[in-house]
Amino acid sequence: MLRKGGQSRSGASSPGQGSVLLSGTAAALARALGASANGNPQEDGLRQVLEEMKALYEQNQSDVNEAKSGGRSDLIPTIKFRHCSLLRNRRCTVAYLYDRLLRIRALRWEYGSILPNALRFHMSAEEMEWFNNYKKSLATYMRSLGGREGLDITQDMKPPKSLYIERQGLTVSTGMNLTIIAVISNSWAEAIHLSLVRCLKDYGEFEVDDGTSVLLKKNSQHFLPRWKCEQLIRQGVLEHILS
Amino acid sequence: MTEEPDFLGQDSDGGSEEVVLTPAELIERLEQAWMNEKFAPELLESKPEIVECVMEQLEHMEENVRRAKREDLKVSIHQMEMERIRYVLSSYLRCRLMKIEKFFPHVLEKEKTRRDGEPSSLSPEELAFTREFMANTETYLKNVALKHMPPNLQKVDLFRAVPKPDLDSYVFLRVRERQENILVEPDTDEQGDYVIDLEKGSQHLIRYKTIAPLVASGAVQLI
Repeated sequence: MLRKGGQSRSGASSPGQGSVLLSGTAAALARALGASANGNPQEDGLRQVLEEMKALYEQNQSDVNEAKSGGRSDLIPTIKFRHCSLLRNRRCTVAYLYDRLLRIRALRWEYGSILPNALRFHMSAEEMEWFNNYKKSLATYMRSLGGREGLDITQDMKPPKSLYIERQGLTVSTGMNLTIIAVISNSWAEAIHLSLVRCLKDYGEFEVDDGTSVLLKKNSQHFLPRWKCEQLIRQGVLEHILS
Repeated sequence: MTEEPDFLGQDSDGGSEEVVLTPAELIERLEQAWMNEKFAPELLESKPEIVECVMEQLEHMEENVRRAKREDLKVSIHQMEMERIRYVLSSYLRCRLMKIEKFFPHVLEKEKTRRDGEPSSLSPEELAFTREFMANTETYLKNVALKHMPPNLQKVDLFRAVPKPDLDSYVFLRVRERQENILVEPDTDEQGDYVIDLEKGSQHLIRYKTIAPLVASGAVQLI
């Protein structure tokens, strides 16, 4: 996407004025992208850049007038320089904002439609709105796939590859028993549709394929269809035991 | 990927309007489209027929599984097959969405300048998604930053700002139909253009731009 600002080329002072740290803030914004994964939107940094841009623009406007009416063509290099700074500031700013959007987009694919509160805290109101629009758009698209209710392509992120465990006649007592049985089963059938998962927190009722529901309590273990528990595993509610 | 086992009484053909495909052929087409999409640097032609037929196939299989319950082995094998197909299809569609989001201004521009009769890289739903994505992003940038900037800088041309797909990147391919006289433009200026023939079954590492039309026609398979 838009390339980041890179090193700061700032520090130059425009003739006739005190030294102004041009573009330093903008570059700092862009560098902040590398630093934190999901920090707070740098509202201060953003505001500073916008203020600096306003100042530069106003200086340029007055200089342009002087150059035209007062014949001061020696001001032209400065004007050009300020314009370059303005362009650079805009580029850094937009790169910073866009990169945050990309990370927010990734959150939809990682965590699902509902974001954990800790993450929401780091997002500005406009970013939240962008996220809501994005997930709505995605949902509309997914629903349009195929004839009936569509296909949730945020599931099935990994190729299916777990162990086949016989459902009937298996007493789940210790991990040891399971390992033995799994090794035997694995040698003749690679077909899988069940995973053994442990519940990490109290979640409540969870419905499985044939209409029965399971009570997911902390530390309980269940055999569940693998594709159904994928999202819960990603959210940290369930933990895959054998893999 | 094997054909449907007969004992569940499955009798389906995931046919499109012109060609009748067996389920095995359909899945093979899906896998080919999937691999091509994965390895091509740009968004390829959309294949709505394949997507529709595969979805139909999955629904069929689900029906059969629901009817033939309790016979564990057959059911498990079918469910495994369903999972695999669903994975490939989801992965294919995800890959496309990723490219759409990555190159959205270029994708839209290409669609705008497409002539009637030329195949589209976007299904109608993907087109709607792309437009919404663009509008969403533009609105966000405008409201958060651009409208606070000096008046002559408020418009950002996303078409120029967002990088284009790199069509010069190299790809691996396997030749499915013999091709003759493919013009290759070398990287350096010292070598001149030269012409090669692609033998059936041979494998090559070549710049994508050179063979892009062959991917579209199915003459080569990206690997």
